[in-house]
Amino acid sequence: MKALLVAESRQGKLLASSYESLAFAGKLGAETAMFLVGNDADLPKYDGKLYLADVTAAGEYNPEEHLRLLLEVVGTENPELIVFGHTSYGWDLAPRLAMALKAGQVSEVVDWKDGSFVVPACNSKLRRTVKVDGVTVVTLQSGAFSLAGPPSGSPQVEKLAANGATKLEFLGYEEAEKGGVDLSKAGVIVSAGRGIGKPENLAIVEALAKALGGEFGASRPVVDSGWTEHNRQVGSTGQTVAPKLYVACGISGAIQHLAGMKKSEFVVAINTDKDAPIGEVADVLVVADLKQFIPALTAKLAK
Amino acid sequence: MKILVCIKQVPDMESRFKLNPAGTWYNDQDLAWRMNEYDEFAVEQAVQLREKTGDGELVVLSIGPERVKEAMKKALAMGADRGVHILDAASHEKDPFQIASAIAAWAGDQGFDAVFTGMQSQDRGSAQVGLLLAGMLGLPAVTTIVGFENDGSAVTVRRELEGGLKSIVKVPLPALFTCQLGLNTPRYPTLPNIMKAKKKELVSLPIADLLSAAPLVTTTATAFPEKKGGGLVLEGDVADLADKLLAILKEKTAVLK
Ligand SMILES: Cc1cc2nc3c(=O)[nH]c(=O)nc-3n(C[C@H](O)[C@H](O)[C@H](O)COP(=O)(O)OP(=O)(O)OC[C@H]3O[C@@H](n4cnc5c(N)ncnc54)[C@H](O)[C@@H]3O)c2cc1C
Ligand SMILES: Nc1ncnc2c1ncn2[C@@H]1O[C@H](COP(=O)(O)O)[C@@H](O)[C@H]1O
Repeated sequence: MKALLVAESRQGKLLASSYESLAFAGKLGAETAMFLVGNDADLPKYDGKLYLADVTAAGEYNPEEHLRLLLEVVGTENPELIVFGHTSYGWDLAPRLAMALKAGQVSEVVDWKDGSFVVPACNSKLRRTVKVDGVTVVTLQSGAFSLAGPPSGSPQVEKLAANGATKLEFLGYEEAEKGGVDLSKAGVIVSAGRGIGKPENLAIVEALAKALGGEFGASRPVVDSGWTEHNRQVGSTGQTVAPKLYVACGISGAIQHLAGMKKSEFVVAINTDKDAPIGEVADVLVVADLKQFIPALTAKLAK
Repeated sequence: MKILVCIKQVPDMESRFKLNPAGTWYNDQDLAWRMNEYDEFAVEQAVQLREKTGDGELVVLSIGPERVKEAMKKALAMGADRGVHILDAASHEKDPFQIASAIAAWAGDQGFDAVFTGMQSQDRGSAQVGLLLAGMLGLPAVTTIVGFENDGSAVTVRRELEGGLKSIVKVPLPALFTCQLGLNTPRYPTLPNIMKAKKKELVSLPIADLLSAAPLVTTTATAFPEKKGGGLVLEGDVADLADKLLAILKEKTAVLK
């Protein structure tokens, strides 16, 4: 089998997640070639053929141009499998390619077994096994596949000519606001999720954080609702943290939340749903209503 | 301006799922259903655009069994003008390519200026239908938007990347947008608007009239994931639970002195 691996660069830098597709191809025993819109100065450590388009010519967010370049490479290489990361780049570009090739796409692959792909469903409560006939486009769940050791090698570069024409005009980046709390320095983080029910209940979580000598954090809906500021959001579109203790209160454990806290040393989850996926990463899952349990816990800590 | 918003009805993710007899998907009995969370943001954005531009119309479309009309009624109560229900009792067996094909077959010659979908569905989570539909309709598309500003013939969106970074992208209309959580604050339908929505047009069309495409992806099995970590699960009386947890924290972590 031949696989085309689509690497990714952001603000001119190659993303380390690009190597996850190499690990995946290794698992499948596939022959590989790589595609990157990036720059000469930051190439993947990879012993194989790399199709490289210059990012200053192609544009960093220009899916129409990236698609055109990809189709050119697919035409040359005729891969049976095209592999993306399930990232903001991959989930945007992969379906465009699948559409153009009329190929089946499998999103957020976490495993590969006997020629079938395994993907999560229903917030990871279920796993679906899927099959595709013919050319297949996949996106890989971030972190699901990793190389055994550090990447090495240097690619044979094949340059692609880019012209950057598009209907979508990329006007620039907007960075997240800086300042405020720095969760990455906290030894203990107690995070509030949608399970707190209403903004007033954030105080319950804050009180526990204080009693434990830590900071409070939040899942995305709590931030999106404006109950607290974005710099307290833990997850793939917020902060990545690794405290000694992480307490997830009323948080279901969506993959994007886990991405920000799964390296914590010890994880406690408080949830009314015994099946909540947060249980997968929790050292202790307390099945209880946080509105009753947390005040009881905080009171005992105060003694 | 003519606007289309596509919505999916999904089960509440806090449900205790069971498998269907074929073992290919969840059993759809005894579940609480709601509008896909991402689609609520899509509906809200579509309604805001509709309100801003004044004339024109906002159509809400959903494919699925009879019950999906409940989610459509919510969209009508939020401000959509009329609903097109594509009746398909087996919509869970359709792959994203087929769902998009059916929508495109209906929407193809209607001349929509703006199409909104969710970034992904909560149950299937393929994040494909929007872009496939854009491809079929020949529209430019931007995914994962968290900001939307319409200035006449073009729209400037903020597209969310990882770690809080966003990119700013300008797109000419007509175009398709896939909506991310936090794009806006979806309104709660008011009682008068719920009453008004009951009188709005909601037609059903059979899927067979619109779909001939075969699936590209087939689900062979659905299962519960194997429990990997197997952390400790504590249940029972709240005061006991607190004592137990404190004892564990004292033993296993260095945070309690
Ligand atoms: C591209 C992308 C990026 C994202 N980035 C992030 C991110 O950075 N961070 C993030 O957090 N999310 C992110 N998300 C959203 C993520 O997918 C989930 O939607 C989100 O994490 C859910 O938050 P939650 O767990 O608080 O809410 P829910 O999933 O609604 O879970 C609420 C939980 O509370 C429990 N509960 C309810 N009542 C109680 C009670 N009384 N006591 C105890 N428990 C209770 C429920 O059982 C449930 O498990 C992202 C999504 C996408 C698509
Ligand atoms: N059955 C459906 N009917 C109407 N729209 C749908 C349907 N399934 C998916 N969509 C739309 O496509 C988006 C992405 O879904 P998915 O590709 O399944 O993750 C959803 O947020 C909806 O806007």
